[in-house]
Amino acid sequence: MIKNILNLGDAALYCDFGSDVNQEINSNVIKYFYHIKKLNLKGITNLTPSYNKLIISYDLNIHSFLSLKKKIENIEIKENNKLEKNLIEIPVCCDNNFALDIKRVENKLKLKSEIILEKFFSKNYFCYMTGFVAGMPFLGDLEKDMRLKRLETPRVKVPKGSVGITEQFCNIYTFETPGGWNILGNTPQNIFDTSNQSSPNLVNPGDTIKFYRITLDQYNEIKR
Amino acid sequence: MKSKDRNYFKILRAGINTTYQDLGRNNLYHIGIPFSGAMDKRNFQLLNSLLQNDYNSPVIEFAYQGPHLKYFGKDIFFCISGNVSFKIITKEGVIDGNSYQCYLLKNGDEVDIHSTNKSVYGYFSINGTFGVDYYWGSCSINTQAQIGPNNGNKFSKDLEIEIIDINNSFNKRKLDYLGSTIENIRVIKGTNYDYFSESSQNKFFKESFKITKLSDRMGMRLEGPKIENIVDPNIKSEGLVKGVIQITSAGDPIIMLSDHGTIGGYPKIATVISADYDRLVQLTPGSNIKFKDVSLEDAETLYKLYQMETNNIISQIK
Repeated sequence: MIKNILNLGDAALYCDFGSDVNQEINSNVIKYFYHIKKLNLKGITNLTPSYNKLIISYDLNIHSFLSLKKKIENIEIKENNKLEKNLIEIPVCCDNNFALDIKRVENKLKLKSEIILEKFFSKNYFCYMTGFVAGMPFLGDLEKDMRLKRLETPRVKVPKGSVGITEQFCNIYTFETPGGWNILGNTPQNIFDTSNQSSPNLVNPGDTIKFYRITLDQYNEIKR
Repeated sequence: MKSKDRNYFKILRAGINTTYQDLGRNNLYHIGIPFSGAMDKRNFQLLNSLLQNDYNSPVIEFAYQGPHLKYFGKDIFFCISGNVSFKIITKEGVIDGNSYQCYLLKNGDEVDIHSTNKSVYGYFSINGTFGVDYYWGSCSINTQAQIGPNNGNKFSKDLEIEIIDINNSFNKRKLDYLGSTIENIRVIKGTNYDYFSESSQNKFFKESFKITKLSDRMGMRLEGPKIENIVDPNIKSEGLVKGVIQITSAGDPIIMLSDHGTIGGYPKIATVISADYDRLVQLTPGSNIKFKDVSLEDAETLYKLYQMETNNIISQIK
């Protein structure tokens, strides 16, 4: 299932699963990720799954590129290995104070805001990967008529909890950070919990997300 | 703990980006948490060796300007690594200290770490253990994700740094070491090298780039000749590792450092080799760097040589 293994610098394998972004390729990446994670191989210092790549960082004192490449190439994963999938429901408030880019999205998509939100909440989303900043989930796919580009100029600060869309994807800003996604609302739910060290991420690769809409009062209630 | 039994430093001035660091945390890239850890691993290792501490003991890292600390407690030794100017203020007077040398501190003495010289990072520690909390096996503070002791924040004035253990069998030691600098940064060509025009590929290796002020523990932004992308200014977001050099849409290189975002969507032109990382991070804004292309096999050998050199320096501690 891995098409090709290259080196990324001198201390990481770059495993290429293809160039398209779809759930089939991504599921293969995630299967490999969980499988290698479980093997707990000595000297592997990080695994980074993404849409269609898996990067394996290693300790140069223990592995060389060629020896580790061989080990990974020899891994066999049974096709019937089922991915463990959770369905996670996440509340989102689309009050004007939170829906920072709803006007821009209306203009770009030429749809009324109520239609946009109805479409957004009517679908379940698949988690392709988490990262960039701690716990941030990259979810997809949005309907074709819901896709638009990032902001021309990224915001210097996107508020924590913001839910944004761009192209076929949506995400949740787990920290206040710079960013250019189109923000439709905000969740009061904590998506990344530093104090929960065994499982800090609410959403993990392979999970399914269902967003549901809440009022400002409900938002404040949950926050409290 | 009764207050009279406490051993601690009070921070009179925090310095710049002063944090606890150790070797960092592994196997968390997939949830978006980078390695972190001491930027310059060699100076981290030298400091713990000089102080006869465990190899992964926490140290205090600072950038450009260090903290001014006042000590309260029973006699203790401290040491500083890196190219650092500092003063030791005691009842007997004020003396200039030298890096890689251990000094005794008594109750009420102060250490004022003025600056790093022609370098960015310096390290401070004691013959003992700071009282820190561990997050995923590491006490490294990642200020971006607010992970680590002190609520994941850098140090501030009036903070008190607890010492939970002092090694009483410690013998004062020192090392004659002048540090190691580097002229060219050696890199391995990246996975998107062919995204760039041939003339830009040549410029990347022939011309020099200036390190800008937009550099911190997350990354180092460079400016120089614009690198022209002839394929696509973006790739499908994928994992990053430290040392990766991405080219932004504006055509400028940005090097990922220890606290980098774990996923990125800019094409990767090259990656800095592991042997040159410690010396790369010590280059100050305004410095010019040139990149030199090496093979993967050479990079692996150069790393082994670099480690041997570090062990050789450690063996000269007396």
